[in-house]
Amino acid sequence: MSDLTRMTATEIAALVAGGETSAVEVTQAHLDRITAVDDRVHAFLHVDTEGALAAARAVDERRAAGEVLGPLAGVPVAVKDVLATRGVPTTVGSKILEGWRPPYDATIVQRLRDAGTVMLGKTNMDEFAMGSSTEYSAYGPTHNPWDLSRIPGGSGGGSAAALAAYEAPLAIGSDTGGSIRQPGAVTGTVGAKPTYGGTSRYGLVAFSSSLDTPGPCARNVLDAALLHQVIGGHDPRDSTSIPQPMPDVVAAAKLGATGDLTGVRLGIVSEFVGEGAEPGVMAAFRESVDALAKLGAEIVEVSCPTFAYALPAYYLIAPSECSSNLARFDGVRFGLRVGDDGNRSLEEVMSLTREAGFGPEVKRRIMLGTYALSSGYYDAYYGQAQKVRTLITRDFTAAFEQVDALISPTTPSVAFPMGARTADPYQMYLADLFTIPTNLYGGPGISVPCGLSEGLPVGLQVMAPTMADDRMYRVAAALESAVGTFTPPAL
Amino acid sequence: MTTTLPAYDEVVARYEPVIGLETHVELGTNTKMWCGCPTDFGGEPNTRVCPVCLGLPGSLPVANKAAIEAIIRIGLALNCSIAEWCRFARKNYFYPDMPKNFQISQYDEPICVDGYLDVEVGGETVRIEIERVHLEEDTGKTLHVGGATGRIHGATESLVDYNRAGIPLVEIVTKPIPGTGALAPEVARAYVTELRDVIRTLGVSDVRMEEGSLRCDVNTSLNLPGAEWGTRTETKNVNSLRSVERAVRSEMLRQASVLDAGGRITQETRHFHEDTGDTTPGRSKETATDYRYFPEPDLVPIAPDPAWVAELKAALPELPRVHRRRLQQQWGLSDLDMQSVLNAGAVELIEATVAAGTTPAAARKWWLGELSRRANESGVELAEIGATPAQVAELQGLVDAGKLNDKMARTVLEGVVDGEGSPTEIMTNRGLEVVSDTGALTVAVDEAIAANPAIADKIRSGKVAAVGALVGAVMKTTRGQADAKTLRELILERLGVQG
Repeated sequence: MSDLTRMTATEIAALVAGGETSAVEVTQAHLDRITAVDDRVHAFLHVDTEGALAAARAVDERRAAGEVLGPLAGVPVAVKDVLATRGVPTTVGSKILEGWRPPYDATIVQRLRDAGTVMLGKTNMDEFAMGSSTEYSAYGPTHNPWDLSRIPGGSGGGSAAALAAYEAPLAIGSDTGGSIRQPGAVTGTVGAKPTYGGTSRYGLVAFSSSLDTPGPCARNVLDAALLHQVIGGHDPRDSTSIPQPMPDVVAAAKLGATGDLTGVRLGIVSEFVGEGAEPGVMAAFRESVDALAKLGAEIVEVSCPTFAYALPAYYLIAPSECSSNLARFDGVRFGLRVGDDGNRSLEEVMSLTREAGFGPEVKRRIMLGTYALSSGYYDAYYGQAQKVRTLITRDFTAAFEQVDALISPTTPSVAFPMGARTADPYQMYLADLFTIPTNLYGGPGISVPCGLSEGLPVGLQVMAPTMADDRMYRVAAALESAVGTFTPPAL
Repeated sequence: MTTTLPAYDEVVARYEPVIGLETHVELGTNTKMWCGCPTDFGGEPNTRVCPVCLGLPGSLPVANKAAIEAIIRIGLALNCSIAEWCRFARKNYFYPDMPKNFQISQYDEPICVDGYLDVEVGGETVRIEIERVHLEEDTGKTLHVGGATGRIHGATESLVDYNRAGIPLVEIVTKPIPGTGALAPEVARAYVTELRDVIRTLGVSDVRMEEGSLRCDVNTSLNLPGAEWGTRTETKNVNSLRSVERAVRSEMLRQASVLDAGGRITQETRHFHEDTGDTTPGRSKETATDYRYFPEPDLVPIAPDPAWVAELKAALPELPRVHRRRLQQQWGLSDLDMQSVLNAGAVELIEATVAAGTTPAAARKWWLGELSRRANESGVELAEIGATPAQVAELQGLVDAGKLNDKMARTVLEGVVDGEGSPTEIMTNRGLEVVSDTGALTVAVDEAIAANPAIADKIRSGKVAAVGALVGAVMKTTRGQADAKTLRELILERLGVQG
C-alpha cells in the first residue's frame, strides 16, 4: 500500500470502510511519522499514543461487527491544545495549565470521538491562542515544514504544521482573529473559520468569548468540509451556538470541485489589495483572481472602509474579554500553584502563580484589557470598539448585498523568519490584518492555498455571510480545482 | 473607643434617618443557574459541582429558564416593569469562593425595574419603592480554619465549598427610604417580612434567613432636618428579621454619637453581631475594587416574550397583603386586632388552624395567648414554637367536645410545646379528661352539699350566685377534672333549684 500519511482523509476513510486497511494501521503510520519528524517540527505538545490506538481498535471492531461507519471513521485528527480532552493533558500552550487533565471533553472532541475519528494528540499553539507565529507557546515554537527556520503561523501553528508535515490528515483549530486561516495560508493548507455560533465553544478554553470560533484544518477543501460537518451544528451547552441546521458544506465543496462558478459574484476588498501586502503575495492573489474569473465567477471590487479600524477595535475587545476570561487561572482549583509555602497569603499565592504561569504576550493583553474596561475608560475604549464592530458588520452586510462572497489575500506576507517579529508586537499583530474583520462580524472565512511566492505558500481568503459557510467552500473548492494543492519539500 | 450611646428618642429628635435595603434571595429551582447541578441545602462539600459551576477552563454557562421565570414573577409581584431585552454582565474581582473570579450578574440592564411594595407599620401604610430586581449567581463558601475566630485573620488554611456556587440569586434593591423617623427600624423589618411573605407566596424560594436563602444588607444614614442626606454605611451579616430592626437601630445610635461628637461617618461596610447587637467596620468602600463590568459574552440577551410575561402576571397568586385583608374580613377582626396577629407572625398559623376546623376566635386565642407567651419566653419565632396548627385544632376539638376545660387545655398545650405528643395522647397519659361520668360527679356533689349545709340553704333560698362556692369545692375534690358548666347545672338540680 502507498504511504497512508500522504492520503486525503476521504481516501483513508474509504480504505478503512472497505477493509483495505485498518484504523490501527492508519493510526500507527501517523504515529510513526510523528516520531520521525516531530522533533524538528514540534507540532505536538502531547501525543496520545495509547488513546489513539485504542480509538482505532474500537473503529476496527465496529467495522468487523458490521456497523456502518461515518464518513471520517478511522481518520486521525490532531487537536489544538485549546480544547478540553478528558484525561488528556490540556495546556493551551501555557505553563499555568501544565499537567492539567480535564475531567470532561469539549463538545467538538466528543463529536470527533462519536464520529470514529482517532485523536492523535494535542497540537502546539501560542499561549492562550494569543499570537500569530506559535512563538509565544510556553513549550517552544513550532517550525514551518516548508522552511524550518520560519514560523508556521499562529496561534494554531501546531495544527497547520502537523498537516503540512503529513503527521495528520485532519486537524482542529480555533480562530479568534485569524488563528486557523493565517497558519493555513503560510503552511499551504486549508483552514476554515465557521460562522460564529456554528461550531460549539463548550470546552474551548476561552481567549475572547465573542470572537473564538473552533473550526477544521485539512490539506484540501473537501476534507475540511467533511470535518466541518462532523464538528458543527447546534450545541445546547453553548448559549451562543446557533439553533439552526448548518448549511451543507460537503455538498458545496463537491459542487465547487466541478470547477464551475458561473453566476457567482465575488468582491475583492479594495482596502486589502493596496500596499498592505507583499508584492509576491499580491501576484499570487491576482493570478488566482484570474483563475476564478475563468471558472465563470464575476469579479468586482467592493470597498469596506471601516475595515481599516478592525485591528484597533480587535485589540480592545479581545484583550478586554481575555482579562476577564483568564481571571480563573489563580492556582486555587487547577493547574500551576506557586508560592504556597504556608506563610504567604492567598492573594500572594494567586499573584505569584499568575506572575510565573503567564507569558509576556498574555500579560500584555490582560493589562490592556483590564485598562480598557476600567471605570472612566470603558466608554472611550471597550464601548467605542463595540461601536466600530457594529460599523464593520454594516460594511459586511452592505457588501453581501452586492456580492456572494468577498475575497482577499489571507495574510499580508508569506511565513516570516522565526524571531523576526517577537520584539515588535504591532508587526506581529499585522499578520492578522485581513482576517480580523470576519471575526468582528461573525461570518465564516476560509483560507485556501493559491500559489507560491519565493517558494513559500500564499493563501486566498474567501469570506461569506453568516450561516452561508457553504458559499465559501464552493469558491475555495473551485479555486483548488484550478490551482491544485501544494506540496512542501521533503523533511 | 468607648462612647456612651445617646438615647434613641433623642437621636430621632435631632436627626432624620434614611434607610435602604438590598436583599438577596436564593431561588429554589431544582438546578443551578448555569448548569444541571442540584441546589439542595447541605450535602458533603464539593459534591454538587461540575465543570461549569467550578469554572473549569472551557466550560460555559447556559441560563436556567426556571430562574428567569421566577425572577419575572418576583418582579411582577413587586409591581416592577419587566425589561423586554436585557443582558447579564460580568462583575470582575478576585475571591477564591468565586470559581471564575468574576460573578455573572446584571449591571445597567436589570430584568425588573421601578416597582414598589406596601408595608404596614403602626397601622400606617408605607410604600417602599423598589429600584431594581436582578438575577445573579451565588458564590461558594470559604471556611477559614486554624485561627481563633473562624475569620480570615489568623487562619492557617482556607477551605472552599463550591456546592453553593452558581445557585441562582435574586437581588432586590430598594430606593432610599427617607421620612420614616423613629419608625425606621420597624419599617426595615416590616419590609423584609413582607418581602419574605411575598416570595414565599410565589413559591420560588424557601426564604429562610437562618439558612441564608434570604440575606439582607441594610444601608443607614442620618442627616439634620432639612439638610442633605448623610453618608451611608452598609451593614451585612443581618441574619434574622429581628436583627434587621436591631441593626438599623444600632447603626442610628452609633452614627448619632459620631455626629454628636463632631465626627464624620465613613462610607463603609459594617458587620452586625447578633450577640451584642453592635456593628463593627468591615471593608472600606473607599478602597473598593473597580468591578470592570461588561456584558457577559458567553450568554445571549434575555428577551422575555411580552405574552409570556402577561401570562405569568395573570397567574400570580393572591399576594399576602390582599390575602390578609380577606382573612381580616372573614375573621371579623378590627385593624388593631389584625395588626397584633401580624406582629405576632400568626397569620398563616391561624389560617391553617381555621382550615383544620377551628373557629377564628379560638385559633386566635391560642396562638396570640398561650403560644405567643411561650415563644417570647423562649425567644423563638411563633412558627418555630413546636405546636402545629393541626395540634391546636385538635386541642380545641377536645375542648368543644367537653373533654377538656380551659385550664386543662392549657396544661395539655404546654405538653404539646414540650414535645410530649398529640393533645389526645397527652390528655390520656396525664389523666386529664373531664369527669363526665355523672354518677361519680353526683356523688361528689352530694358530698359537697352535705359538707356545706349553710351554703346549700342559701342557694335553696334563691341566692343562686352562691353556687360558685360549691362548684369550687367539687373542683377541688375532682382535681379540676369537671366541666364547670355541667357541674353548676348538676348542683342546682340536686338542690332542686331552677338555674
